[in-house]
Amino acid sequence: MTNYIDRRLNPKDRSLGNRQRFLRRAREELKRAINEKIKTGKIADANADQSVPVPIKGTSEPNFQLDRASGRRDYVLPGNKEFHAGDRLPKPPSGGGGQGSGKDASPGGDSEDDFQFVLTREEVLDLFFEDLELPHLIKLNLKEVKTFKPRRAGYAITGAPTNINVGQTMRNSYGRRIALRRPKRGEIEDKEAEIAALEARDGPSAEKRKALAALKNELEVLKRRRKVIPYVDPMDIRFNRFEQQPLPNANAVMFCLMDVSGSMGEREKDLAKRFFVLLHMFLSRRYERTDLVFIRHTHEAQEVDEETFFYSTRSGGTVVSTALEEMERVIGERYPSNEWNIYAAQASDGDNSRDDSGRCVAMLDQQIMKLVQYYAYVEIIDERESDIFRATENGTALWKAYKLVSDRWENFQMTRIAEPADIYPVFRELFAKQSNSGKN
Amino acid sequence: MSTTAKRAGLLFDGSDWNFDTLSRTYDAIEEVALNDMKLDVYPNQMEIISSEQMLDAYSSIGLPLMYRHWSFGKHFVHEETAYRKGRRGLAYELVINSNPCISYLMEENTMAMQALVTAHAAFGHNHFFKNNYLFRQWTDANAILSYMEFAKGYIARCEERHGLAAVESILDAAHAIMEQGVFRYRRPPRLSSEREHERLRERLEYEEKTFNDLWRTLPARKEGEDPTAAEKEAQERKRQLKLPEENLLYFLEKTSLILEPWQREILRIVRVVAQYFYPQRQTKVMNEGCATFTHYTIMNTLFDRGRVGEGTMLEILASHANVVFQPHFDDPRYSAINPYALGFAMMQDIERICTEPTSEDREWFPDIAGNGAPMETLIDAWANHRDESFIRQFLSPALMRKLRLFALSDSSGRDHYEVSAIHDERGYEKVRSALANNLDVSANQPDIQVADVDLLGDRHLRLHHMVRDGVALSEHGREATLKHIKRLWGYRVSLASIDAQTGELISENSVGSN
Repeated sequence: MTNYIDRRLNPKDRSLGNRQRFLRRAREELKRAINEKIKTGKIADANADQSVPVPIKGTSEPNFQLDRASGRRDYVLPGNKEFHAGDRLPKPPSGGGGQGSGKDASPGGDSEDDFQFVLTREEVLDLFFEDLELPHLIKLNLKEVKTFKPRRAGYAITGAPTNINVGQTMRNSYGRRIALRRPKRGEIEDKEAEIAALEARDGPSAEKRKALAALKNELEVLKRRRKVIPYVDPMDIRFNRFEQQPLPNANAVMFCLMDVSGSMGEREKDLAKRFFVLLHMFLSRRYERTDLVFIRHTHEAQEVDEETFFYSTRSGGTVVSTALEEMERVIGERYPSNEWNIYAAQASDGDNSRDDSGRCVAMLDQQIMKLVQYYAYVEIIDERESDIFRATENGTALWKAYKLVSDRWENFQMTRIAEPADIYPVFRELFAKQSNSGKN
Repeated sequence: MSTTAKRAGLLFDGSDWNFDTLSRTYDAIEEVALNDMKLDVYPNQMEIISSEQMLDAYSSIGLPLMYRHWSFGKHFVHEETAYRKGRRGLAYELVINSNPCISYLMEENTMAMQALVTAHAAFGHNHFFKNNYLFRQWTDANAILSYMEFAKGYIARCEERHGLAAVESILDAAHAIMEQGVFRYRRPPRLSSEREHERLRERLEYEEKTFNDLWRTLPARKEGEDPTAAEKEAQERKRQLKLPEENLLYFLEKTSLILEPWQREILRIVRVVAQYFYPQRQTKVMNEGCATFTHYTIMNTLFDRGRVGEGTMLEILASHANVVFQPHFDDPRYSAINPYALGFAMMQDIERICTEPTSEDREWFPDIAGNGAPMETLIDAWANHRDESFIRQFLSPALMRKLRLFALSDSSGRDHYEVSAIHDERGYEKVRSALANNLDVSANQPDIQVADVDLLGDRHLRLHHMVRDGVALSEHGREATLKHIKRLWGYRVSLASIDAQTGELISENSVGSN
């Protein structure tokens, strides 16, 4: 008779410690794999679970193995059908898989490493955004908290009548009345009854008159005292005190501004889209709710849905300020800056109609930069130009104009990208923990 | 016998199990195993586990207690992925060579499967663990669980004290040479308790006390010319370090100059685990053969006695047939010789030779042919062989013909394989010997030894890989493994490949400089 032990209810995460150690070990490699994936362009999947190959480097377990391709050996195989001793069989081409040579018997390290490892969206983003922080996020939060919620915080001696705390007030009043010995109504009534009783006694006498006078005097004192010591004194009154508690703003809205005029081709739009997706991923990670507003512009701007934004084309000139106007309008209508953290990302090839750049700068300086937490401008340049432009301060009309804004406002960032592989570094630069590394 | 009467004798009916039917079935199986088969087993401890716990057990290389290391996490992810995708099923059971012998049964198993695996693991494997000479000599079933408990706790404490990274790097390095961390020829020291430590120290003290310098002055050996002074010194050095040493982990643990005591203890833990599993690798065919033969015999006996129904028996036989299925070499499902199939076939064959020998058997196996005691013969074979010797001793021509075994010789210089022997009169010996060699674990692992080290000089650790039949070390992982050894040794490490027959130096790699 043996005992059966039911282990099914034992804690289930026995290998959790090992799993964590493995993830930590593989972290660098996994990060690289994720970055590679995003760089090389399956960005639409970036916001979902990712299946990545388990990294070989860093998690390989080397040991001494015999080289199966060298030396002499005999295999024994089952199922001979036609062979006789001395028969020769051609070796299968290169590296002997297939044809059952019995080599797969010992567990090689090779097969272990090419399995896919599913990382959840959270894990992906964790790996991807690990080193990134929104610029001055903490500072901005403290400085620019714009919503408050009153919270009870003790009592005050001043305040609005609606906030009187009756209980506290009456307690003070009662204590004061006891301390100052304010006569009670009963005491006065007793006195009056005594006087009445004395007056009712027959036969006036000097004694009676004297006693009556004394009593009346006492009554008078009591009455005066009662009048002088009020039932509720202003100094008894207590008000409920409220403090304004700042509420962190958990909503963000991201404005995507893009030039869709003819000069923006497929490539430019694709690059811009990647940048927006990355920004959105980042924001949606930091904020409970992240709205997206897409504003496209040619010589006129309009708010559109995402599909239209990226995939429909329009022809026309380029007037950037129209987009800024539209953005201001939308902010005014739907996203008051005290309730929303506003982020703006603008992508353009740098074209702008003459004179408009100055107007843009003025609008940014006077209105928009005060409303937004962050404004990122990416200029998509030709691959051939990238070497020329990346280093210099020279550039398109818009670039030069924005340069002025960027010098004045710390939360304005601008940069140039030329190819998909540029995006991630640029993005990192824009949102690197120390934003001053991007600027001088 | 009417159906109802027969049903009354059934241990269970239907596929659901509960602890009642499990116990009843266990008792019936135990009776057959101990009384009919005369097996000798450790007390059993049966545990029911879920599939996730089975994956857990897989990833910690089959021990119920294991220290923590990322590689086990990696294996878990690997096993889990394979399992979830349906690429691989889980074993029905897992059995641990310990006293009491722990068998894990999966909760998903049907009652018929539970009966089958109880017979297979709790009696077949258990008997083998308790009686086979390799397990008896080289592992300590009584101590392994408490030792692993100690090991787990010890490594956890090391992680707390010295940091995860420090412990991890030692474990990584130790795991890399785990296969070189076993005593193959010398019997390993027992898992030492305090008292044995004490005795060891006393003996060392005694040697120190009775040290006599005079022994050193004995005249050198007469025969041959006098070795030069340098050679003599080297020989003295090797003698003191007991070189050459095949157990790298043991050598590093005892000799490395840079390791802290806790690091040595970790090497020791890894070495003990490696040593613990070494007999299992050497007896795969026999162990599985023994267990399969046991469950087959027990379940058939129970069926004959009317204790299990026909439906149950059919399920058991289907499962049994799956287990012992051996695809032919040209079958896409072929991956290697199935140890269950070969083992079981050999056990049945031995039974046949003992009871109904042919004249061929009488010629090949004069000792056992027709001795009429199959169980005694098997029990004796199970106790005294490992795969390699078992095949050499017991693989019969009849079975070679039945499995249609043939040997294929492969030489790296040529562009073709050659069929060196088949299952015919001229080939039996050759096929048998080749198969035995294939199953000889130590012959299929690189033979790497510590050849020399001058502890007083440059401390250059010289390893020799003895190359047999021209089989070189794979470059894959060689460099990385050497680096791991360097981490444990601290000074220069070099690995020379030397032809075992000619003594000729083939190649040399080294890591680190002085």
